[in-house]
Amino acid sequence: MQLAALLPEACLVVGAVAALLAGSFLPRTRQWGARLIAVTALVASGAATLVVLGDPARTVMMSAFAVDTATNVVRLVVVAGTLLVIGLGVDELAGQQRESETYALLLLSALGASVLGGSNDLLVLAVAFLLTSIPLYALIGIRRDAGAAEAALKTYLLGALFGILLLLGLTVLYGVGGATAYAALADGLRTAPAAATAAGAVGVVAGLMFKAGGVPGHFWVPDAAQAAGTAAAGFLTTIPKVGALVAVYRLVVGLPDTVAWSLLVAVIAAVTMTLGNLAALAQRDVRRLLGWSTVSQVGYLLLPVAVAGRTDSALPSLLLYLAGYAVTNLAAFAVVAAVPERRTVDDHRGLAATSPWLAAALVVSLLSLVGTPPTAVFLGKLTVFTAAWDGGLAWLVVVAAANTVVSLFYYLRWIGPAFRAAGGAPQDGQRRPYALVAAVLAAACVLALGLAAGAVSPVVEGPVAR
Amino acid sequence: MLSVIVFVPLAAAAVLAAAPGVPDRWARWAWLAVSTVEVALVAVVVAGYDTPAAGGLAFEERVRWIPSVGSSYHVGVDGLSLPLLALTAAVFTACAGHAVREEHRPRAQAALFLFLEFTCFGLFVAQDLILFFLFFDLSIVGMYFAIAGWGHGQRARSAMKFFLYTFLGSLALLLGFIGLYLAADPHTFDIPELVAAAPLAGSPGVGGLVLAALLLGLAVKTPTVPFHTWLPPAHTDASAIGSAVLAAILLKMGTYGFVRIAMPALPDAWRAWSWAILTIGVVSVLYGALVALAQTNVKRMIAYTSVNHMGYVVLAVGAAGVVADGAREARELAVTGAVTQMVSHGLITAALFLLAGVLQERTGSYEMDHYGGLAGPAPRFAALFAIGAFASLGLPGFSGFVAEFQIFAGSIGATWGAALALPGILVTAALFLRALQRVFTGPTRGKSHGFGDLRAHELWPVAALLTLALLIGVVPWPLLDLVAPASATVVDLVSR
Repeated sequence: MQLAALLPEACLVVGAVAALLAGSFLPRTRQWGARLIAVTALVASGAATLVVLGDPARTVMMSAFAVDTATNVVRLVVVAGTLLVIGLGVDELAGQQRESETYALLLLSALGASVLGGSNDLLVLAVAFLLTSIPLYALIGIRRDAGAAEAALKTYLLGALFGILLLLGLTVLYGVGGATAYAALADGLRTAPAAATAAGAVGVVAGLMFKAGGVPGHFWVPDAAQAAGTAAAGFLTTIPKVGALVAVYRLVVGLPDTVAWSLLVAVIAAVTMTLGNLAALAQRDVRRLLGWSTVSQVGYLLLPVAVAGRTDSALPSLLLYLAGYAVTNLAAFAVVAAVPERRTVDDHRGLAATSPWLAAALVVSLLSLVGTPPTAVFLGKLTVFTAAWDGGLAWLVVVAAANTVVSLFYYLRWIGPAFRAAGGAPQDGQRRPYALVAAVLAAACVLALGLAAGAVSPVVEGPVAR
Repeated sequence: MLSVIVFVPLAAAAVLAAAPGVPDRWARWAWLAVSTVEVALVAVVVAGYDTPAAGGLAFEERVRWIPSVGSSYHVGVDGLSLPLLALTAAVFTACAGHAVREEHRPRAQAALFLFLEFTCFGLFVAQDLILFFLFFDLSIVGMYFAIAGWGHGQRARSAMKFFLYTFLGSLALLLGFIGLYLAADPHTFDIPELVAAAPLAGSPGVGGLVLAALLLGLAVKTPTVPFHTWLPPAHTDASAIGSAVLAAILLKMGTYGFVRIAMPALPDAWRAWSWAILTIGVVSVLYGALVALAQTNVKRMIAYTSVNHMGYVVLAVGAAGVVADGAREARELAVTGAVTQMVSHGLITAALFLLAGVLQERTGSYEMDHYGGLAGPAPRFAALFAIGAFASLGLPGFSGFVAEFQIFAGSIGATWGAALALPGILVTAALFLRALQRVFTGPTRGKSHGFGDLRAHELWPVAALLTLALLIGVVPWPLLDLVAPASATVVDLVSR
C-alpha cells in the first residue's frame, strides 16, 4: 500500500528506463518511439496523481516522504511542465543523435524534482538533490559545443560545491537534532544549540538554492540557459525550482524559533530578486535574459517561504505561484524554441508581422512574468505579496514591488522590437509547428490560470503532512 | 447589462485581431459601428438609471471569481461612475470617427482601441479592487501599444517611459489594495464592503501608509505634480486619438480612484492628510498652468493644461476632507464639481488633442512658431480650436465653467486655502489666448501656407465633443442631478 503511494514516481522511473532501452534499439529515424514512451509515462504519472489528489495528507516510507497537497501539486506541475518541455523541444530534438537519451534524462530529473518536493527526511532530500542534479549536467552538455561544455562544467562544479554544503548542513542538523525525519528533527532541534542549528540550516538552504537557482547558487543558471538546447534550458530553469522551493518550505517550517530562519530566507529573497533583475537589465541575448529573469522570479517565490507557518496562505500562495511561473516561463521558452534564429532582443524585430500568434504568446508570457493581470503570475504575485505582508514582512513586499517595476524594463525591451518593422532581423528558418503550438497552448494556459483562478485555488489548499 | 457594455468591445477586438482577412475599410467602420452601439447601450443605462439608496449601486452584478482571496466579479454604477461611462462611450466614438481615414494598420488599430475601450468601461464599473486593478493595468498595456505602434517622434522611448512610470504607480496601488484587504475582517477586495467597514479607521499609522500607497498610485496616473513627467512626452509622441483617449479617459482613472476608493475606504487617513492633498492640488494647478504657458509646442501645452485641470479635481477632493463637520454643502459642491470637471476635461481635451493631431497630419509640426495666420487658410480649424480653447479656459456657457465654479465655490467654502489656486484660471486663460494669437492670427506665414482645412472625419467628431461640452455648460442640471447624490454619499463617508 505504501508503494502504491509512490505510483506517480514509479511511472517516471519505468518511463525513463524504457525510453533509454527503446532508444538503444530503435533506428535514428524512429526515435519518436522513445518520445511516445516518455509522454506516456508522464501522462500516466499525472493521471496517478489526479486519482489521489483529494486524499488526506499522510507520510509514507517511515515518514520519509510526504503525500499531501504540496507533493501532489509539485507532481502535477512537474509532469505538465515536462510534457510542455518535450512539446516545445520536438522540433529541435527529433532526429538528433541523442534524442532518446534526452527524454530519459528529462524524466529522471523530473523524478528528482518530484521527490524533492515530497521529501520529508534529510536523507531523502539528499538523494533527491542528486537525482535532480546529475541528469541536468548531462542535459546541459548534451549539445557538445564549446558553450554547452563550459556551462555543463560550471554547473557541475557549482553543483558539487553546493551538494557538499547540503550534505554538510544536513549532517550538522542530524548531529544536533538527533533525527533525519522532519517531525522528529523539529522536536530534537528545539533544545539544540542555536548556532549549530543555524549553521546546518544555512548549509541545507544554500544547497537547495543551487537547485532553485537563487543566490548564492545562481551562477550557473544564465550560462546554462544560454548555452544549452532550448528544451533543456526551459526545463532547467523551471522544473528543478518547483521541487526545490517546496523542499525549502518543508525544511524551514520545522526549524525552531531559536534561529532567525525567516530573516535568512527574506534576505536571500531580496538579494536574489534584486540581483537577478539588475543583471537581466544588461542582457541582449534572450536566453540569457530569461535565465536571469528566472533568478529574479526565485526571489519572489521565496516570499511565502519566508513566512512559512506564520500565515495560512503561505503554502497555497507558493504552490499557486509555482504553477503559474512554470507554465509562463515555459511559454516564453516555447517562443524562443519556435524562432531559434532570433537570438537577441533586436533579432525579434518584425516578429508580430511574420507570426502574430507567436508574438501574442510572447506578450502574454512576458507580461505574465511581469505580473500583469489577468495572467497566472499576477495571481501568484498577488497571493505571495498578501501572504508575506500578512506574515509580517511588509518591507519585503515593498522590495518585491520595486523589483517588479525594474523587471518591466527588460521585458519591454523584448516586447518592443517584436512589434516594430523588421529591419535586418534574421530570417526565420524552417517552420517549427510543435514549438508554435506549445507556445500558443502555454500562453492560453497562462491566461486560463489567471482567469479561472477560482477553480484552481481550491486545489492548492490543504494541510502539510509531517 | 453592464457586462454587455464591457465585453462587447473586447469581443469585437478579438474578432478584428484574429481575422487577418478583414479588409481595412470594414475594420474601420466596424470600430465606429461598435462604438456607436456602445453609446446606445450606455444611453439605455442612463435612461434606466434610478439613483440608488446612499452607498448603493444600480445595475449591480456579482459572480464568484476567486473566492479564496475574497475577490469577485462585481460591477455596478452610481452617480460617480455613470458620467464617466458616458464620457468613455462618447470619446471613443469620436476617436473612431476621426480614424475612419486611417491608413496605418487600421485593423490592428481598431482592435487595440476597442480593447482599450473595454478596459476603460471595465474600470469604471468595477466594484472589486482586483477587478479595478486588472482594468487599470490592462489600460496601461493597451496605451503602451497605442503609443509605440501609432505614435511618432521618439515613440518607443515615450511609450517605455509611460509604461514604467504608470506601472510603478499601479504597483503602489496594488500594495495599498493588499493593505486594505488584510486590514478588513473578513479579508475582502470588495469595494462596497471595504467602504462599509472602513477597515483602517482605528490605526492611523498603517492607514496613513496604505493611503500613501494609494495616493502614489493614483497621483501618477492623474497625474499630479511631481509625478507628471511621463505625461508630456507620452502626449507629444502619441497619435491624435491615442492622446485623446489618454487625456480624456485614462487620466480620469486616477481621479476616479480618489472618489471611488481612497476617500470612502480610508476616511480617517484622508481627513488627516487632506491638507497635503489640497496642497498637491494647488501646486498642480499653478505649476501645470505656468509650465503650459512656457511651451512653444501646441501638444505639450495642451498636455500641461491637463496637469492644471486635473489639479482642480485633486484640490476639490482634498478640500472635501479638510473639515470633518460643517461646511457640508460646500464640500458636496466641491466633490460634484470634481466629477463634473472629469467629464468636462474629458470632452474638451479630447477635442483639442484631435485638433492638434491635424497639425501633425498636415505638416508634421506642433511648433507654434512654424505657424501664423492659420485662420486664413483653415477657418473651420481655427474656429473649432478657438471654441475648444475658450471651453478649456472656463468660459461661462461651457462645461469647464460649471465644473470650475463649483470646485472653487465648494473648496473655498471649506477652506480659504483653496483660493491660492485661483491664479491658475488666469494663467490658463492667458496661455490659450496667446496660443490662439500666435497660431491663428496675423498674416499667413510658415507652414500655414497651403494648410488644408478640416475634412468631414476631422470636423464632426470634434464638433460633437464640443457640442456636448456646450450642452453641459448651458443645461448642467441633468448631469448635476446625477452626480450630486453620489457626492453627498462620498462626503458622508469621508466625514465618518
